[in-house]
Amino acid sequence: MVGAACALYAARAGFSVVLVDRGPVAGGTTGSGEGNLLVSDKEPGPELELALLSGRLWSRLAAEPGLGASIEFEAKGGVVVASSGEGLAALGEFAAGQRDAGVDARVVTDAELYELEPHLAPGTPGGVFYPQDCQVMPSLAAAQLVRTARGLGARLLTGRTVTAVLRTTGGEVRGVRTDHGEIHAPYVVNAAGTWGGDVAALAGVRLPVLPRRGFVLVTEPLPRMVRHKVYAADYVADVASGSAALQTSPVVEGTAAGPVLIGASRERVGFDRSFSLPVMRALAAGATRLFPFLAGVSAMRAYVGFRPYMPDHLPAIGADSRVPGLFHACGHEGAGIGLAAGTGHLIAQVMAGGVPDLDLTPFRPDRFADSPAEEAS
Amino acid sequence: MSPAPTLAVVGAGPAGLSAALAAALRGVRVTLLDSAAQAGGQFYRQPAEALGARHPKALHHQWRTWERLRDGLAQQVSAGRVQHMTERHVWFVERVGEVPEGRDPGNPDGRGPGGSDRRHFAVHALPGPEQEDSVAVYADAVVLATGGYEKVLPFPGWTLPGVLTAGGAQAMLKGGLVLPGRTAVVAGAGPLLMPVAVGLAAAGAEVAALVEAAGPSHFAGRSAALAAHPDKLAEGVGYLAQLLRHRVPLAARHTVVEAHGKDSVEAVTIAALDPAGRVRPGTERRIACDTLAVGHGMLPHTDLAEGLGCRVDGVNVAVDAEQRTDVPGVWAAGETIGIGGAALSLAEGHIAGRSAAARLRGAAPDPRTWAAAAKSRTRARKFAAALAAVYVPPAHWAEQLRDDTLVCRCEEVPASAVREAVEELGATDARSVKLLTRAGMGWCQGRMCSAAVAGLAGCEERSARRPFARPVPLGVLARATDEQAPEGGPADDEQNPS
Repeated sequence: MVGAACALYAARAGFSVVLVDRGPVAGGTTGSGEGNLLVSDKEPGPELELALLSGRLWSRLAAEPGLGASIEFEAKGGVVVASSGEGLAALGEFAAGQRDAGVDARVVTDAELYELEPHLAPGTPGGVFYPQDCQVMPSLAAAQLVRTARGLGARLLTGRTVTAVLRTTGGEVRGVRTDHGEIHAPYVVNAAGTWGGDVAALAGVRLPVLPRRGFVLVTEPLPRMVRHKVYAADYVADVASGSAALQTSPVVEGTAAGPVLIGASRERVGFDRSFSLPVMRALAAGATRLFPFLAGVSAMRAYVGFRPYMPDHLPAIGADSRVPGLFHACGHEGAGIGLAAGTGHLIAQVMAGGVPDLDLTPFRPDRFADSPAEEAS
Repeated sequence: MSPAPTLAVVGAGPAGLSAALAAALRGVRVTLLDSAAQAGGQFYRQPAEALGARHPKALHHQWRTWERLRDGLAQQVSAGRVQHMTERHVWFVERVGEVPEGRDPGNPDGRGPGGSDRRHFAVHALPGPEQEDSVAVYADAVVLATGGYEKVLPFPGWTLPGVLTAGGAQAMLKGGLVLPGRTAVVAGAGPLLMPVAVGLAAAGAEVAALVEAAGPSHFAGRSAALAAHPDKLAEGVGYLAQLLRHRVPLAARHTVVEAHGKDSVEAVTIAALDPAGRVRPGTERRIACDTLAVGHGMLPHTDLAEGLGCRVDGVNVAVDAEQRTDVPGVWAAGETIGIGGAALSLAEGHIAGRSAAARLRGAAPDPRTWAAAAKSRTRARKFAAALAAVYVPPAHWAEQLRDDTLVCRCEEVPASAVREAVEELGATDARSVKLLTRAGMGWCQGRMCSAAVAGLAGCEERSARRPFARPVPLGVLARATDEQAPEGGPADDEQNPS
């Protein structure tokens, strides 16, 4: 998704673009996500600023003729639910901080909450409503952005693995070598997501991207019973946690196509794709606690994905000072779809030599250079 | 002395029955789980007893083999060595712990034999037709004998009522003794078509045509492999004779290009195929019928194996010479490791059962003791490979699809959407086609359309990862664990197998 957005914004900025992927379009983490464009789960800071910029850009993309419907863009809004009165107070405080940063965050009492989500479990004290939270169908979003970029002359090369980053004798990037020949270009953007560390290594630099595994449970198609993205307040804490151990917090949302998506689990277990029944049970338990009616609804399937996790939970966006011509746009963890539009836009700006709309200092790709080696996972 | 090791066998068709009996006869306590009300699987499908069929054997070949399996099962059940759990829809097999060296966690008193292969598994199943609850069967090892399902390739009109799979027609004949229609066309590719046509004709239907994509030239060059099975050839000749007797016209090297009808099938158009597997223009002809039974062979059920993390090669679960998968404690036999018919399933099941029995006792089995089964396995695999080479769907079947022909019925995805995903959106494999079109995301989870999507997209057919072998209510999943299924005693359904 991030690569697709980079390709589109670069093509629009007048660059001649070649988009290379070892698999198909949306074959990595993009195809395993829910397609969240969220501000609700982000505390004030650089990531929230990027999310707000991204949200505006996504809305603009969705308003382009044909694109909005084809990517299933939906401004559904998010609802964060408190489990207790104290929880609600803490949530209100968090929301107040977000409001100061420009987020539309509305504390809702129990009656309003049930108006928003009539099928929520009884006894929920209240929560916060975030009208800016949106969703797209992530695979379609990536594919349609690529298609639009191709309309501007970008070339798409699928099924090609980058095996080397080519450099001049002066050390500047001059393209990549793939298993099907070389591609020459003065700029290379590393948008390899969870595998971004491997691509960085090809250029001789370290970028500590680690996989953080997540499962999503998918139900049978239903009429719209869950109207927003609904999650429990502890989700925010889990997202921000650095622990490698398994964490699950219920995230439930209906989709335009009918199935309800249930997340979210986080664990750092490397690239282990094996299916975990205990994780599924935890997800199902959390979802049925939020929405008791789901107990009678069948889970049809589940899928696994690997979020590109960075130790400080911020993506790497911008030029790599160690390798002239190399840019990074990866490490967005679970927010890559939402942050993609902003990332692509900013990358295009800095590649063109302009001043980016957002200060990229917190996202500097070389910020880890001096830190000790990450634990292997 | 430690208690007998336990083995769960999933699937009571030829492979599962054979494995269950082989293991039970060697001192293993077996739990045999199957989704049907009676043992036999699709091959030995039995009419419901309430129908009081007087001559079920008329619909079955190898009746004597079936009687042996059936009586063997009844004996083992009454001896308490096999528990036969019917109508158990297994949705997941879970590894619930590795066995530390020399110790068996499920049996703290007894000492596991040194170097034994005892592992612990929970087989999770939804009982009964309601499938609203889940029970778990715990076992030291598992044999997966989950069989196969029919491969469906779409064509214009294939979603009309009156179009059914060849296996579906056969199941109706064998199980329900219902004649699906009065004038039938049987079409597709594969060895199943002849018995289906004969079965329909014998049951009183007029079979207006048997349309087979393979032609005589396909058999040339494989005659040696085929002739090595005089019994099978005789079977084939027998079917041909019966087709003649029932005056069923055989259209070899032909294919159905369209089914016509308003509310249900009224006719089909068939056409001849050229050597490259394309329809020969101008050879189309229309045949009136109210039933079209169509089959293009089978695909293995691999969901449970994949949930366990077993290696799958292409569409088949991979096993070694002892029928072991690469996951310790998990064996697989029958169509789940490759389509090959009942004789092959019986041999593989037998070897799996014997291997499991030996390894559960901590002994390396001696393959010489099952030399006969191994020999028949080799022969049957050769024969299956020859058949698979003969009976292939027309190479260019996908060209017959119009843009509005549905490929995925559950999600109503037309052929044009799949073509767009490949040509415009950068999909290069079945997974990305699915993500970009929703084909295969619906109720059947792609069991119906995966072959069609792969063919249309021009990519390799691979097994799709489906963690749940069937839909599971979230309320069931939300529980920390499933109730353990009651153990011991003969199962309630096996008292009177006469």
